[in-house]
Amino acid sequence: MDLLHNLGIGLAVAFTVQNLLAALFGCTVGTLIGVLPGIGSVATIAMLLPATYGLDATPALILLAGVYYGAQYGGSTTAILINVPGESSSLVTAIDGYQMARQGRAGAALSVAALGSCFAGCVGAVILAALAPPLTQLAFRFGPAEYFSLMVLGLIGAVVLASGSLIKSIAMILLGLLLAQINTDAISRTPRFSFDLPQLGDGISFVIIAIGLFGFGEIIANLGRPAEHREVYARRVEDLWPDSRDLAEAWPSVLRGTALGSVLGVLPGGGALLASIASYSVEKKLTRSPRIPFGKGAIQGVAGPESANNAGAQTSFIPLLTLGIPSNAAMALIVGAMTVKGIQPGPQVMTSSPQLFWGLIASMWIGNAMLVVLNLPLVGIWIKLLAVPYRVLFPAVSLLCCIGVYTLGGSAFDVYLAALVACVGYLFHKLGCEPAPLLLGFILGPMMEENLRHALLLSHGDWGTFVTRPLSSGLLGAAALLIMIVTLPSIKQQREVAFQED
Amino acid sequence: MRIKSERDFWAGLMFVVVGVAFAVAATDYSMGPACQSQDPCAASLWARFSQLSEQPGAGYFPLGLSILLAVVGAGVLFKALTFESVAGDPIGQVAWRPLVAVVASVVLFGVMLEPFGLVLTVPVLVVVSSLASDAFRWKGVLVAAVVLTVLSWLIFVWALKLAIPVWPAFVG
Repeated sequence: MDLLHNLGIGLAVAFTVQNLLAALFGCTVGTLIGVLPGIGSVATIAMLLPATYGLDATPALILLAGVYYGAQYGGSTTAILINVPGESSSLVTAIDGYQMARQGRAGAALSVAALGSCFAGCVGAVILAALAPPLTQLAFRFGPAEYFSLMVLGLIGAVVLASGSLIKSIAMILLGLLLAQINTDAISRTPRFSFDLPQLGDGISFVIIAIGLFGFGEIIANLGRPAEHREVYARRVEDLWPDSRDLAEAWPSVLRGTALGSVLGVLPGGGALLASIASYSVEKKLTRSPRIPFGKGAIQGVAGPESANNAGAQTSFIPLLTLGIPSNAAMALIVGAMTVKGIQPGPQVMTSSPQLFWGLIASMWIGNAMLVVLNLPLVGIWIKLLAVPYRVLFPAVSLLCCIGVYTLGGSAFDVYLAALVACVGYLFHKLGCEPAPLLLGFILGPMMEENLRHALLLSHGDWGTFVTRPLSSGLLGAAALLIMIVTLPSIKQQREVAFQED
Repeated sequence: MRIKSERDFWAGLMFVVVGVAFAVAATDYSMGPACQSQDPCAASLWARFSQLSEQPGAGYFPLGLSILLAVVGAGVLFKALTFESVAGDPIGQVAWRPLVAVVASVVLFGVMLEPFGLVLTVPVLVVVSSLASDAFRWKGVLVAAVVLTVLSWLIFVWALKLAIPVWPAFVG
């Protein structure tokens, strides 16, 4: 049993004091920022990155991963209690969860969300552990041409399945890829697009782009909106346990949500948000004659999406850990973090750093268990935090972002650059351009160029190599097919309906 | 011609301008070894781009990308001028106050940190960025400034031992 042996290695790694603390810290921060609306997991991971430079790769990644899936738990608390999604992936939880809270069933909603998430998260991690080795084997057959095509597919998939205008998102990917070209060419050592600034010779750090767009950019956008109405329904959540009827209704939804989320999480552009939206519509269709109608406090509308978003959060690590392809902006930052730590993301991670690979997976079980404790018995603390208004919060976020950027390289230039990116980020916000595809493109840019040039070198400059190699042409064909499918009028309409709540 | 979607129009224009600018800059860099030595390469951009004999050069990938970006941007522009959108999809008002306050506080942080250290920079950052909110109150902001200064010293300097100047240069 290879799998059990590997998981044994992983558990041994995850159960060291340092790694347990890393998981606990990551999950706590994740819950915190999940609870607080207006602070996303992408900005937080970017802020924390410089602070993890002192850590080894394994605890650093365990911590950052904990922030990502921990945010899915915290987000549901806010959605249920004040009808504002703390994280975008708990958007649909707010519909029925908030109604449950208004009817005095906040405890049941919170516990079903947390227990469903925990179950889904653990299953997601098992799937990750089981699928990773065969996928890795497949990835070893990839040459540079296949990798280039895979990245094209990954990037296209990421925007097709995500919200926002398709053509503008594709333009944002290209912009991201292009911004990544501000660097010194790896092969000829020519500085490119550096405006003769020596600070740009090594390129712009992805942390600066992420903090500028997602940290500062979001603060400005949030403050530009009228303050949301916050009303905490259950100041004290009394009865934390769902009754037997709630449980009987919830568990089929948890199972369906877990299955759906696990599948959708693997797809590029998938992950938590898509999984929860899809699960809500599935629950609505499959639950025949619900005791309480959907939209009025149906427990299925909480159990399904919450399980789905957490399963999706876990399985979105699959393309990252096996192929080195991030499926969303948060995963892209994890790729960046691995690169900073000197680990080339890709199929070789599993064999070259098994401690890291299996330790990270094992830490997800521990993290999910910690999160149930953090979110259920300690829910009172998070409710108190919700009373803190945004105007008090954002200077602290801004400060953390500034310190994060400065400590990257101890240079004030980076801080100025982040201020510039913040302005650009606000411009994107105003023009309805999604920043997430840009970040994905920015992080994949150097890898894409390297593989393209390598592939063209091997084929003596013949572009035909991308279509004559069967695996590569299959991947490119899939990307073309995706674009064609989404531009079909009927599907286009449905896609717009599915994301209209954004 | 009438602009049918304001956001798409300016977004498309932005993509085209950035694409063209990068494309022009990219032509400074080599396309590939075949092109540096031989004559036909000077003939046309397309010839330089498509007729590679070996490893593509430093300008190859960025040139392709920037042309693609300009084309896609032109597509966005075309869409903005042909298809009707809801209420003309206006850009809306610019939130100048938060924009200026947040960006100014970040720039000030960069200017002040090295000469004045954390103890003076953090309060300035907190006060200036707080001006972004309509509900600015001196008392609350000053308390936040003190608390955040102490916390950031505790977390980043004392606990994480990051290299951040704490005291003004003229004191230390």
